[in-house]
Amino acid sequence: MDENILEVKHMTITLYEGGTSYKMVNRISFTMGKGEIVGIVGESGCGKSMTALALQDLLKNHIKVTEGSMMFDGKDLRTISAAERREINGNDMSMIFQEPMTSLNPLQRIGEQVGEVLLLHGRHTRAEIEQRTLEALSMAGLPDPAKAVRMYPHELSGGMRQRVMIAMGIIARPKLLIADEPTTALDVTTQAHVLDLLRNINKKTGTAVLLISHDLGVINKICSRVLVMYAGKIVEQGRTEDILKNPLHPYTQGLIASIPTRGMKGRPLANIPGRVPPVTEEKPPCPFASRCAKADKRCFTEYPARKKITDDHILWCHC
Amino acid sequence: MVNTGNTNTVKAAGKKAPRIRPGMPRLFRNERDVLKSSAPKVSGWATGDIELKIGFVIIGVILVLGIISIFYTPYDVYEMNTSVRSQAPSMAHLFGTDNFGRDILSRAMVGARFTLLVSGSTVILATVISIVLGLACGYIGGMFDEIVMRVMDAINSFPSILIALVMVSVLNYGKLTIIPALVIMFIPSFTRIVRTGTLQYKNAEFVLCNKVYGDSDLRILFVHILPNIYPLLLSSVVIGLSNAILAESSMSYLGLGIQPPIPSWGRMLKEAQDIIFSTPWAALAPGLMIVMTIVGLNCIGEGIRKKYLN
Amino acid sequence: MRYFVKKVGILLLTLVVISIVTFWLFHIVPGDPAASMLGTSASQEQLEDLRKELGLDQPLPTQYMNWIKGAVKGDFGTSIMYKKPVAKLLKGKLSVTLILGAMALAIVILIGIPLGVFTAGRKHAVSEQILNMLNLLGISFPGFFLSILLIWVFGLVLHWFTPGRFVTFSRNPAGFFRSMIFPAIAIAIPQTCILSKYIRSAVIEEIRADYVRTARSKGSTKNRIMYVHVLKNAIVSVVPLIGMIVSGIFSGSIVIEQVFGIPGIGRLLIASVTSRDYPTVQTLVMYIAILILVVNFIVDILIQILDPRIRIAQ
Repeated sequence: MDENILEVKHMTITLYEGGTSYKMVNRISFTMGKGEIVGIVGESGCGKSMTALALQDLLKNHIKVTEGSMMFDGKDLRTISAAERREINGNDMSMIFQEPMTSLNPLQRIGEQVGEVLLLHGRHTRAEIEQRTLEALSMAGLPDPAKAVRMYPHELSGGMRQRVMIAMGIIARPKLLIADEPTTALDVTTQAHVLDLLRNINKKTGTAVLLISHDLGVINKICSRVLVMYAGKIVEQGRTEDILKNPLHPYTQGLIASIPTRGMKGRPLANIPGRVPPVTEEKPPCPFASRCAKADKRCFTEYPARKKITDDHILWCHC
Repeated sequence: MVNTGNTNTVKAAGKKAPRIRPGMPRLFRNERDVLKSSAPKVSGWATGDIELKIGFVIIGVILVLGIISIFYTPYDVYEMNTSVRSQAPSMAHLFGTDNFGRDILSRAMVGARFTLLVSGSTVILATVISIVLGLACGYIGGMFDEIVMRVMDAINSFPSILIALVMVSVLNYGKLTIIPALVIMFIPSFTRIVRTGTLQYKNAEFVLCNKVYGDSDLRILFVHILPNIYPLLLSSVVIGLSNAILAESSMSYLGLGIQPPIPSWGRMLKEAQDIIFSTPWAALAPGLMIVMTIVGLNCIGEGIRKKYLN
Repeated sequence: MRYFVKKVGILLLTLVVISIVTFWLFHIVPGDPAASMLGTSASQEQLEDLRKELGLDQPLPTQYMNWIKGAVKGDFGTSIMYKKPVAKLLKGKLSVTLILGAMALAIVILIGIPLGVFTAGRKHAVSEQILNMLNLLGISFPGFFLSILLIWVFGLVLHWFTPGRFVTFSRNPAGFFRSMIFPAIAIAIPQTCILSKYIRSAVIEEIRADYVRTARSKGSTKNRIMYVHVLKNAIVSVVPLIGMIVSGIFSGSIVIEQVFGIPGIGRLLIASVTSRDYPTVQTLVMYIAILILVVNFIVDILIQILDPRIRIAQ
């Protein structure tokens, strides 16, 4: 409890649609230590973003957390009141979204939007808010914070807007920063800057970072630990280097094989056949079985048990 | 994003898979996009079915009343009968009589016929003109399009009644002056819809494909592009018809619409207002019939929009 | 600033075009204004004299220039029906219509916006269907039928006002507003329904926007999200509709002045259309055109002020 900022246990997220319900995330459990950078990786549609949104209580009305617990800083996020939730959001736990172009209010100046976080949490004087807004913006790497506070979102590029989002995320010095595909909408050079920035923030402020990405390369750059998710399940988790060097789950192996590296120039890139099944589809006990080259009968009949490879390398596979 | 052809989506909603006709992508879709919709269940209101039913029933009743009035009305429409002046609604006169002893229901039935005839022909005329103009603007483009659309915007920005009044006074009275005066009101919005649709489909693959096969411009416009615009145009035309009825009855109320002695709802209301102290019920039948007709048309328009345009 | 100058330029150009079209329309009309003024008993010389006096013997472009010159000086020609200068006829009528329109617009905005916001918050509820019905009824009642009902209920049954009696402002301000409020309501109701419907769908759309999720992630309260973030964006997206609403209010006002017997320009317009009093009609059309253009101009400027995205784009 003491060293963990976040403990998620058996969390299930359910989608209600047309009178039926579908499990988008199925009983996942993981923990995050204070000041740790953890990555969640997986293809689109496997429940990564839903997990992140659930932590901030931002799920749409017809999607709900239906099982399990989410202990954050000693409080169960599922049982807290709306007021407690508002106190945590933005203050103790903040989030950066995938879409920097649309995630800012087009009619408000940057300064107002970043400063709003402090306005909502605790008592701060106007001057204090202004001062800390400038600090956060410069920490987030905006070249001219004094000018930026007076600008509107549409006057900034995507990369700059994402930096504004980051400034908004760190201004209250939260204990946990969730970054949901923060680099996907950005070009490659900006991606690297944003990742560096996240790492520096983590180092300087001790904020834990939960980085969500479909790109193992991105995860590898800054995360100490990684969770591999597939179709609403965590299939493998462990330290990033272990996972990359010694991937045990066929899905992880597939993900790693599909990262282009310099040595592979000219050879065809491996890919995983098939696609992530939509949430509305009936899945075998091991959700990956239908795409797995090594799948046998067991994969279609029994749930794979939790296998401990080392202390922090855990696998859910029959292999 | 799960598209409408996805079998899982369809299974979830428990309906048969819609057939998607080639060349009509995404237009005639019956299934709502599962990821987009936030409604937990799809009710008749959401699909527009209920609106369509209500609308057709109301309009059906009004139409039947209007058609019956050609052959039969409970009383003579023009005959003044001093013995039954200003009678309150009763079994003999369901909506009462006016100060000349004329049966109000009979007059409202005949009024339905003429109001619908005038409004209907107005909208049909406006639609035909708009289709030609809109197709031309969308297809030709350039200066022609620019000028026509500017004029349309200008007309549209003025109060519709003002335009009709100017037309009525410029065109000189005649029995049917009201029709061209009202037609002008509807051309801008219909033209814009056809033009936007034309622009949208002008460069669609299936149109280009037909071009490659050597179809003439006219054939492409009328056979390939126009049918795709129909659903949107149809819902606007139905709403337009309701506006035409509003405008026609306003003009008749002002004494500038259908000329006496032919009864029309608008003028019946004007006459009713003059005798409101003695026979307040005289306004009831024509007023309710106008409201019902407009409600019915709005329902149909909304239903079409929901059903075919999502 | 350059944008402003350009807009004013376009405004003036549009005015010129409209004045030419209006002038031309009323001069291709068959019939001789001089003949209709003098009646059938007039002699040929009398006709010629009057035609010369009215400037009708000159070519059309010259007549147009004379008309414009006069109009700038406040001389709009002579009414055929009343045989008085049109300018005199207009006196006092314009302000009545403007006040009526302003009252209606105030009702539309003060009720339409809250109603739209209120109904947007109640999705998927039974109340939504009821509100939809009311809205449908609101746009389905012809203004004049609604007015007749108002006259009957509030005038004849409840005696809240005297139908057909108009009190001028100078005689009794309270009575003036009392005789104006029901017409204003009758004009406003359909427009209120239209505005609230647009506001409702704009709010529902904005609530789904990504920046609302950001605001929730920051820990904003529901009210703050609604009033600080959503409402402003929703209102900005419906500002362009104000032009349409004002034009609808004018349409309504033309008819409803007639119903309630309010001596505004709408009533004068109907009277002069009915009696083919072209100089008066022509002047009124120009008046209303200018008003509409000015309103659209103000709306354009308003959008500039409210929406920073457009401010930069120009």
